[in-house]
Amino acid sequence: MTTYQAAKLVAGREIRVKLRDKTFLFSTVFLLLFSALGVVLPALMDSGPTKVAVVGSTHVAALEKAGLEVRTVTDQAAAAQLVRDEEVEAAVVDGPRVLALEEAPQDVVSALSTSPPVDFLEPDALDQTARFLVPFALALLFFFTTLMFGVQIAQSVTEEKQTRIVEILVSSVPVRALLIGKVFAMTLLAFGQLALIAVVALVGMRVGGAGSPLIDALLPAIGWFLPFFVIGFLMLATLWAGVGALAARLEDINGTSAPLQLVVMTPFFLVLSLQSNQAAMTVLSYIPFSAPVAMPVRLFNGEAATWEPLVALALLLITSAITLIAGARIYEGSLLRTNGRTSFATAWRSPTTAG
Amino acid sequence: MNTVLNVDAVNRSFGERHVLKDVSFTVDSGRLTGFVGANGAGKTTTMRIILGVLAADTGTVTWNGVPVTREHRQRFGYMPEERGLYPKMTVAEQIVYLGRLHGLGHADARRRTTALLERLELAERAGDLVEKLSLGNQQRAQIAAALVHDPELLVLDEPFSGLDPLAVENVLTVLRERARSGAAVLFSSHQLDLVERLCDDLVIIADGTIRAAGARSRLREQYTLPRFTVEVDTDAGWLRDHPGVTLVELDGPRAVFDLEPEIDEQSVLRAALARGPVRVFTPVRPSLAEIFREVIQ
Repeated sequence: MTTYQAAKLVAGREIRVKLRDKTFLFSTVFLLLFSALGVVLPALMDSGPTKVAVVGSTHVAALEKAGLEVRTVTDQAAAAQLVRDEEVEAAVVDGPRVLALEEAPQDVVSALSTSPPVDFLEPDALDQTARFLVPFALALLFFFTTLMFGVQIAQSVTEEKQTRIVEILVSSVPVRALLIGKVFAMTLLAFGQLALIAVVALVGMRVGGAGSPLIDALLPAIGWFLPFFVIGFLMLATLWAGVGALAARLEDINGTSAPLQLVVMTPFFLVLSLQSNQAAMTVLSYIPFSAPVAMPVRLFNGEAATWEPLVALALLLITSAITLIAGARIYEGSLLRTNGRTSFATAWRSPTTAG
Repeated sequence: MNTVLNVDAVNRSFGERHVLKDVSFTVDSGRLTGFVGANGAGKTTTMRIILGVLAADTGTVTWNGVPVTREHRQRFGYMPEERGLYPKMTVAEQIVYLGRLHGLGHADARRRTTALLERLELAERAGDLVEKLSLGNQQRAQIAAALVHDPELLVLDEPFSGLDPLAVENVLTVLRERARSGAAVLFSSHQLDLVERLCDDLVIIADGTIRAAGARSRLREQYTLPRFTVEVDTDAGWLRDHPGVTLVELDGPRAVFDLEPEIDEQSVLRAALARGPVRVFTPVRPSLAEIFREVIQ
C-alpha cells in the first residue's frame, strides 16, 4: 500500500468520525446561525426613516426632502404627546424648536439647518461599521477556526497515542501517511465550514439588503482570504499534530501546545488592535502568521496593490513548507514515546521507528 | 512447517539499560510459538522490534530470509500489550478500518469482519462503541483487529490476560485454526499452564537473553531429570537402600526418586519386580513452570 492510499484511508476515517461528532456538528450549526444573524440582524433592526411630528406647514418640505416621515399636528401639546408616546422620534414646533425624549435627533436637526457642502476627494462607499466589522470577522474566523481545529488535530493524535492503537497503525502504514491523512482531513473540514459560512454571510447580506458596494469590496477580500486560509491552516495544522504527539495523555496537550497557542493568538490581537495603522498592517500582511487576515483586510480597505497578496502568499507557502517538515519531524520523533510527555528536543533529535 | 521468521542477534538499549542482548530465535509457520518470560524480561520490546514499532540497535529480523519491510508487515497481525482501539468508533467499523489499512478492499474487509466477529462470539456487539464494551469483549475486539486481514504472522502480546475461561477456550480455538491453515503464531503469556497446553514451540527469555528455545516436547525431554515415580503393592521403603537412588518422596507403596546418571533405571525396575507386582514405573516429566524456573536461574 502506498503512502497516498494509506493517507486517504486515514483521512476518510477522520472525516467520518468528525461528521458524527455532536460537538463538531453543533459548533458548525452555531457558527452558521451566528454569521447569518450577524449579517441579517442589522438590516432588520433598521426601523426605516425617522418619524417626526410637525406643527404647521413651514418645515414640512425641508424635512420630507431629508427623507423623514412627517406627521402634521395642530399644536405643540399634541406634538409633545406623540413624542412621549414614542409614536414619533421627534417633533418640530414653532421657533423652530425640536422636541425629543433624551437624545438630539441628528437627522432632524441637520434637515433644518444649513451646513457647508463637503466634497469628498476620495469618496468612501463603505460605512464605518463595515470597516470595523469585516476585519474583526475575518480575524475571528481564521484564528478561532485554526485554534479549534488545531486542538482537535492534537487531540486526535494524542488519542491514538494514549490508546496505543498507534502501535498497530505504525506497524502497517508509514508514520507520514498518518500525519498527512489527519492534516488533510482537518483542513478539508475547516475549509468546508469556512466556505459554508462565507456563502451564508454573502446570501444573508443580499437578503438583508446590504449595499452592493459592500459586497463588491468584500468579494476580493473573501476570494483572497480562502487561499490564505487554506495554506495558513496547513502551516499550523502540522504543528498541532506535532504538539499532539508530544503529549502522552489528553491532559498534557494544554502544556505541550502553549507555545503554539501564543503563535496563534498574538497575531490575532495585533491585527485587531493595529488595524487602523497602515504601516503596521503592511508589515503584518507579510508575516506568515498574521498574513491570512491582515492581507485580505488591506485588500478590503483598498490599501494593497494587486501584486502584494501574491508575494505574501508565496512567503506563507515557504513558511508552511518549513513548518510541515518541522511538524512532521516532531510528530515522527515523539509518536511512539508513550512514557509521559516528550520534550521538544528529544522529539527533534531522533525518530523512534524502524522506518 | 518451515521457519519463516528469524530474529537474529538483536540488541536494544534504552539509555543505559541494555534490555535485549543478542536475542535470536525462529518462528515456524503452521505452529504456535509461546514466548515466555518474567515482567521486564524483554518480550514486549522484542515483539515491537518484529513489528517495526521500535528499531533494533543491531541485529536483524528476517521473513523468509529477507529483512522485514513494511510490505511484509502488511501481512502481519499485531496485538499490542497495552490494549487500545478508537473509543468513539463501533467495533465493526474499526476492524474494517484496520483491515483496510492492511490492504483489504472495502467489501472484503466488511465480509471478513462479519465472519470474524461471528467466530469470536462478538457479532451482537458489532454496532456498539468500543468504550461501551466490557473489558473481555474489548479484548476480543482487539484480537479480531489483529486477525482480520488473515495475517501470515500473528504477534500477540498477552492475548489471554483479562479473558474469562470460556473466552480463553474460544480464542485458543481460533488461534489453533489460524496455525492449522498455515499462519505462524507468536504469543506471549504469563499463564504458563496455558502456554504448555497450547504451544508447539517455546521461547524462554530472561533478563534480555534467550535461555531456551525449541519444540516444547524436545525442551521437556532436555530438561527431564533422571527422576521416576514408582508404585508397588507393598511398602517401597527398600528403595532407600538401593544403590544410586535418592528418595525424593515416600508415601507407603508410592515413591518418587532421583537416579544417578550412570545407573540404569531398568535395574531398579527389575529389583522392584523381584519384590512383587509393579503398578506404576514412569519418568517424571517436568512441567513448563518447572523448566521455566530452572532455565531462568
